[in-house]
Amino acid sequence: MSRIGVVTFPGSLDDHDAQRAVALAGHEPVALWHSHESLQGVDAVILPGGFSYGDYLRCGAIARFSPIMTEVIQGANQGLPVLGICNGFQVLCESHLLPGALIRNDVRTFVCRDQALRVESVDTVWTSAFQQGQEITIVLKNGEGGYVADPGTIERLEGENQVVFRYLNGNPNGSMNDIAGVTNARGNVVGLMPHPEHNMEELTSPSLDGRAFFASLERFLAAVVG
Amino acid sequence: MARVIVDVMPKPEILDPQGKAVTGALKRLGFEGLTVRQGKRFEVDIEGELTDERVAQVREAAEKLLANTVIEAFDVRVEQ
Repeated sequence: MSRIGVVTFPGSLDDHDAQRAVALAGHEPVALWHSHESLQGVDAVILPGGFSYGDYLRCGAIARFSPIMTEVIQGANQGLPVLGICNGFQVLCESHLLPGALIRNDVRTFVCRDQALRVESVDTVWTSAFQQGQEITIVLKNGEGGYVADPGTIERLEGENQVVFRYLNGNPNGSMNDIAGVTNARGNVVGLMPHPEHNMEELTSPSLDGRAFFASLERFLAAVVG
Repeated sequence: MARVIVDVMPKPEILDPQGKAVTGALKRLGFEGLTVRQGKRFEVDIEGELTDERVAQVREAAEKLLANTVIEAFDVRVEQ
C-alpha cells in the first residue's frame, strides 16, 4: 500500500473526493496542509480541484507560492509523481512544472459534463495502465479550462508526446489543439482539467476510468521499489 | 508616498473572453465600433524614497506574481 498525499489549500473543494479515491484504489491517503513544509514522505502527491485562495489574481497563482508547493516543486523535479486535477493543473502551470496556462473558457460559462477524452500518451507515471488511443469518459467541471501556450510550446508538446489527453466530441473550453491534459518531459508530473477522482465508483460516476490513474501509479511505484 | 502602477494585459494572441463579453455588451448598448480587451491595474504604494532600485523591485514582483508572462504582458510606471 502506497501513501498518497492530497494537498488542501484554502478553497480546495475536491480534496476529500481525492482522498476517498486514493482509499478506493487501495492506498493510504495522507492529508497535506498548504502551510506545512513537509510532504511526510509520501510516494506521490495529488493537487486537487477547487478554488485555491479564492482564485484571486489568477487561478493557482497564489497557491503556487504556498510553503507546501516549495516541497512539491522540489520533489517533482526529483521524480516524485504529481497529479494536478483542474485547479491542481492550474497550480502546476503557475509553478512552471508544466508548460502553458489555463484561461477562461471561450464559451464564457462554467462547463459541467461527462467528457469524452482520448488518451494520447501512456508514457507517463499516471497513464501507463491505459491503452494508447483509448477513449475514456471523465467528469469535467470548470470555468477556466482553456489551455493555451505559445506556438513553439504547443509544437514541442505535440512533438515530444507530452499531450496526454485530448477532448473528443467537441472542445468544451477553447483549449488549443483540444488539449485536456499534459505532462512534463520526465512524465512524472501530469495535469488535466477533467476530474478522475470522480470516476471511481459505479453509483456516482459515468465511468470507472479514474481507476486506471491509480493502476498506472501502482505500476510505476512497484517498478521503483523492485 | 510614491505610487507605482503595474498594468497587466492578456497578450494580443491570447483569447480574452472577458473583453469579448464587454465588447458584445457595449454593442448591445449602442456603442458602435468599440473593441475592448480587459486587463488588470495594480497600484503599488512604496514606503520610503522612490529609487530606481525600488522600481526594479516592483518590476520583479510583476514578473514573479502579478503577471503570468506565459499569457500576459505587463508595464511598470511611476505615477506622476
